[in-house]
Amino acid sequence: MDSAHPASTAAPRRRMNPTLRRVLRNKSIMFGSVIIVGLVIIALIGPWITPMDPLRQDIWERYEAPQGIWVNGEFNTRYILGADELGRDLLSRLIIGARVSLLVGLIATGISLVFGVVLGAISGYVGGMVDDIIMRVMDVLLALPGILLAIAIVAALGPNIVNAMIAIAVVRIPTMARVVRSDVLAVKNEEFVEAARALGQNHVIVLFKHILINAWAPALVLATLGMGTAIVAEAALSFLGLGTQPPQVSWGRMLSVGREAIRSAPHVTLYPGLAITIVVLGFSLLGDGLRDVFDRRLKDT
Amino acid sequence: MLKYVVRRLFSLVFILLGVSIIVFMLVHLAPGDPVRIMLGEDATEADVERLNRIYGFDRPLPVQYFIWLGNALQGDLGTGIRSNLPVTLLIFERMPATIELALWSLVLAIGVGIPLGVVSAVRRNSWIDFGSMFAALIGVAAPNFWVGLILLSQIALYVTWLPIGSRGPSFPDALWAIATRLDFVVFWDHFRYVLLPALALGTSIMALITRLTRSSLLEVLGRDYVRTARAKGLREFTVVYGHALKNALLPVITVVGVQFGALLGGSIVIEVVFAWPGVGRLIVSAISQRDFPVVQGSVLMLAIVFALVNLLVDLSYSLVNPRIRYG
Repeated sequence: MDSAHPASTAAPRRRMNPTLRRVLRNKSIMFGSVIIVGLVIIALIGPWITPMDPLRQDIWERYEAPQGIWVNGEFNTRYILGADELGRDLLSRLIIGARVSLLVGLIATGISLVFGVVLGAISGYVGGMVDDIIMRVMDVLLALPGILLAIAIVAALGPNIVNAMIAIAVVRIPTMARVVRSDVLAVKNEEFVEAARALGQNHVIVLFKHILINAWAPALVLATLGMGTAIVAEAALSFLGLGTQPPQVSWGRMLSVGREAIRSAPHVTLYPGLAITIVVLGFSLLGDGLRDVFDRRLKDT
Repeated sequence: MLKYVVRRLFSLVFILLGVSIIVFMLVHLAPGDPVRIMLGEDATEADVERLNRIYGFDRPLPVQYFIWLGNALQGDLGTGIRSNLPVTLLIFERMPATIELALWSLVLAIGVGIPLGVVSAVRRNSWIDFGSMFAALIGVAAPNFWVGLILLSQIALYVTWLPIGSRGPSFPDALWAIATRLDFVVFWDHFRYVLLPALALGTSIMALITRLTRSSLLEVLGRDYVRTARAKGLREFTVVYGHALKNALLPVITVVGVQFGALLGGSIVIEVVFAWPGVGRLIVSAISQRDFPVVQGSVLMLAIVFALVNLLVDLSYSLVNPRIRYG
């Protein structure tokens, strides 16, 4: 293009932002984004694209085998992926369930991001006793295997989807807080922080405007990777009957009921798990890619 | 080293105290009267009385905690409300099964993961490399309980010697049979029951080990000392397995250590899938029966095992890797 306009060579050629270029060149980010954009679209327009009514029961079609999209030379919309224990269309339920998975992931990760960033930032910036107390509490939370802590919280609060989200968020907070804390510690003693303080800005502004703005990348990477963890955790809790309750549809619950017919109708458990796997793969590809681009320090986490 | 061990043990005590507070609070986080929650609406006066005696629900919260902790420290975690058996007994019956399952999945993960990673690195960009890297990508992402369901529906139903669910003879029993009677049948029986649950539980860590072994070995193979080894005419086999692999496995060991604790958590869901009689299944059924003493006791015991495992792993690093120096 430039050679066609020799007159314009004097002006500096507009270059793409180097970070953006690295993002676009990263295969991992690209593959991950495609999967996640797909998920978001399905979650948004789900109710309008289901081939059948996801709640309609048909006792004669219990555990109907997958029919595929091509039957007797004609385009088929009935039981493309088969039916569940009440004769409901599996594909339609998968599409509706995408919404729950995405929402649970987003809300749980959002909560853990907010609390993790605030706790980690305060801990790192204030230091001393406050730091000790916050970090010891985080140590205690990390002393339980994640899924066990989540199960225990849901057991106490009562099994439903909101409590499952809270539980998943609590599990993720300590990791987030630790990472943010170490980033704040790394930046805290830089000269620009001292300069901001010398200019008379108060601690809150310094912390949030000057320090955290330089420490957001690892938190973002962790949150992306955490989306996958949260979605699996929701599935596990729902599988155990501690998450989504009927009539809500979620992939984890579909696995749980499919388990009853694992001999006669393995397709009922196959597809929801496949959906979870693909989505988790999407988030981990995206997270790994973002980590490579923005933050090489987190490499081994 | 001794100073480090003492310090770690000291902080372990504090962390476990913190865990005990969380576990204790489980009953009180539940909305409503804990006695009614546990016993239901039609509880008799005698039942309420019995529960009050164990937990002191009629006293202030801190007092209740110390009563509970005092009992727990003496090995009394209360009585299961449904089974009427001591909670410690219920847990000690099941803990070996859980640990056995976690250990087997670790053994399988290492036994498959490391060789696969080495082959992938040595034959970089071959079909076996692409194949195993693709499998590893899926293996990390797939929920382990779904892998379990697939193993059940696709393999256990067609392979006659693989049982569907439940546990065979315990590992000590199997060893005892070999040691005393040279009887390998018991061991085989033990192994065929544990194989599928352990595989399902170990999938993600197996995938992780494969990926890490590959990348770590590739990195080490590019180092100067490996070039020197090659330059002085050593055979490729000696270079890879004698020189490079030893250093490449260090990060793998770290990950294995970190992940072993996670296996204990993951086993909860796997135990439900395979009807494996471990602590995880005990917790899940206790939750659905609102049997809080059992839930509390099991969570506490799993946390203690988890903490001890992590401590052992940390301590063994310093033995494996002399470059780590603890102050």
